[in-house]
Amino acid sequence: MSGQTLFEKVWDAHVVAQESGAPAILYVDAHLVHEVTSPQAFNMLRARNLTVRRPDRTFATMDHAIPTRDVDIMLWPSDAAIQVRTLRQNCEQFGITLFDIEGDVQGIVHVVGPEMGITQPGMTIVCGDSHTSTHGAFGALAFGIGTSEVGHVLATQCLLQQKPKTMAINVEGELGFGVTAKDIILAIIAKNGAGGGAGYVFEYRGSAIRNLTMANRMTICNMSIEGGARAGMIAPDETTFDYIKGRPYAPQGEEWDRAVTYWRTLVTDDDAIFDRELDLDANQLAPMVTYGTNPGEGIPVTGHIPTVDEIEDAAVRRSLISSLEYMGLQQGQKMAGQPVDVVFIGSCTNGRIEDLREAAAVVKGRKVADTVWGIVVPGSKAVKSQAEAEGLDRIFSEAGFEWRGAGCSMCLAMNDDKAGAGKYVASTSNRNFRGRQGPGARSFLMSPIMAAAAAVNGRVVDVREEIG
Amino acid sequence: MQPFTTLTATAMPLRMENVDTDQIIPAKFLTAVTKDGMGDGLFSWLRYDDKGAPRPDFVLNQPQFEGAEVLIAGRNFGSGSSREHAVWALTEYGFRAVITPGFADIFYNNSLKNGLLPITLPEATVNMLLDLVEEEPEATIRIDLDAQEVTLPDGQRFGFAIDAFRKHCLLNGLDDLGYIESNAAAIDAYEARPVY
Repeated sequence: MSGQTLFEKVWDAHVVAQESGAPAILYVDAHLVHEVTSPQAFNMLRARNLTVRRPDRTFATMDHAIPTRDVDIMLWPSDAAIQVRTLRQNCEQFGITLFDIEGDVQGIVHVVGPEMGITQPGMTIVCGDSHTSTHGAFGALAFGIGTSEVGHVLATQCLLQQKPKTMAINVEGELGFGVTAKDIILAIIAKNGAGGGAGYVFEYRGSAIRNLTMANRMTICNMSIEGGARAGMIAPDETTFDYIKGRPYAPQGEEWDRAVTYWRTLVTDDDAIFDRELDLDANQLAPMVTYGTNPGEGIPVTGHIPTVDEIEDAAVRRSLISSLEYMGLQQGQKMAGQPVDVVFIGSCTNGRIEDLREAAAVVKGRKVADTVWGIVVPGSKAVKSQAEAEGLDRIFSEAGFEWRGAGCSMCLAMNDDKAGAGKYVASTSNRNFRGRQGPGARSFLMSPIMAAAAAVNGRVVDVREEIG
Repeated sequence: MQPFTTLTATAMPLRMENVDTDQIIPAKFLTAVTKDGMGDGLFSWLRYDDKGAPRPDFVLNQPQFEGAEVLIAGRNFGSGSSREHAVWALTEYGFRAVITPGFADIFYNNSLKNGLLPITLPEATVNMLLDLVEEEPEATIRIDLDAQEVTLPDGQRFGFAIDAFRKHCLLNGLDDLGYIESNAAAIDAYEARPVY
């Protein structure tokens, strides 16, 4: 019998029951909740007279709909105030810990979970948000669920799940200067397609992955869903343990030692077999930028937008034509030199302190182009205060960026942080869908340093020509 | 949950790949705290221009497809955000089934929990169905979940796969919660074991 993959180990450790012909009942270790996808689930609990089974394993924050300007949410002219009030009432009624916007822990749910040490190796973690895949960076099995499932987890701490297949993504080699984790994941999705991971859990492996920081690993796992995989995982190692140690919800003392002993077993066995494998050579990567309306439509900044003649698959050709019509771009066009109107630095993909440090280093002493509106949105209040302690806020402000409060902001433009119709946005977020960053807005996804370089130049540039 | 057994209905052709859930229901409709009213926001950006006027070239605005209960679309349907609001919007509008060459995982799961039947057929078959429905909008398609078959007016039949457990739930209108709760003793036992 062959060995087990990391995914299979974590899956097996959480199967509560499995009848023949039925999906597994899978136990959930940590359930993260936010204001937008939870109200109907709490309504379901009340309608059926149910309680939250494990309020101690349930954590809520507010991030999607809230303003990032310094305003009183309750006076904000939006239904978001109702959602915030509803979340407060639900957390109070059911005894759930809430990291409220009035407190100092609030932030994007996928930034706060790891920061607080809630996210740990070997856990199952779910949230009514597709970017829950972020937490897989710790060797957790973490995935987004719908609101019906949020209700099931609140009531039973369990989910019915079909076992997904496994795909190894082997990234060997060393990243070149100016090439980042964001470029790795954009390259993977460009290669495998936006739907290529459907039905799979990814495991990112190889020397280029092992050399990454936790922030970088989170960037990669975060965008697993953009490659069609509900979850992406990275085996935990010393980098992981160092990150978790001492955080508020991390195990302590003797329990810490036992935890690390267990966590060290969470690696794919040498003789384990994946259902599929995909290889990527880190040495060959360049900074990436998307040109289309799904995250698979990306190219190296040194390259050009494909032409229909270069594509064999009829559906991909049709998608290209339709995307370029929306984007106002041409087949064969180079992306370097393409003007941008808006720059957004933030999100659960790239809103961590490391991301802000890298972007600030590019921006320092320079000015945002006159034609560009730039905002920097920290992923959490902790990121914001750390950045301010390091003076990053002043670097961004002096360059002409707006320095905001923590939240999802222009990643999904659910609050008033929206790009205008037709505007081009250089964005560190995860989705270039039509209208995602504002009705009619057109997004170019890229790394924080690429976005920073786009801001000061007013156009897409190869960041490697900017720093040195 | 509304059971799904058989459906005989007209279909709407949406000739697009990678229809993400932001297209199905834009974020501005997500500020609700109930499920109601999502149908009005269905495909809002594709359906209306920036002044709120219906776009005549979009299928939802074309009278020949009014009353369609089956949506036919391209691959990777329902990608992106986990928002179940996308499924609520489709069902409130009146769709009972979606046929594509492939669905995103979270959307697929959300559909099953709301009695919306997601049917995966080979891309060539889906393309043929798109052609058929565009040419003959009045053509009725029959879907038989128990037999796992889609039947066209000319008698052509296409089988589709669905997990036996999910099929049972859809046929009988059962949701997951009752099944999970029936395993309460196993959950208690699981929680009692040491983690490490």
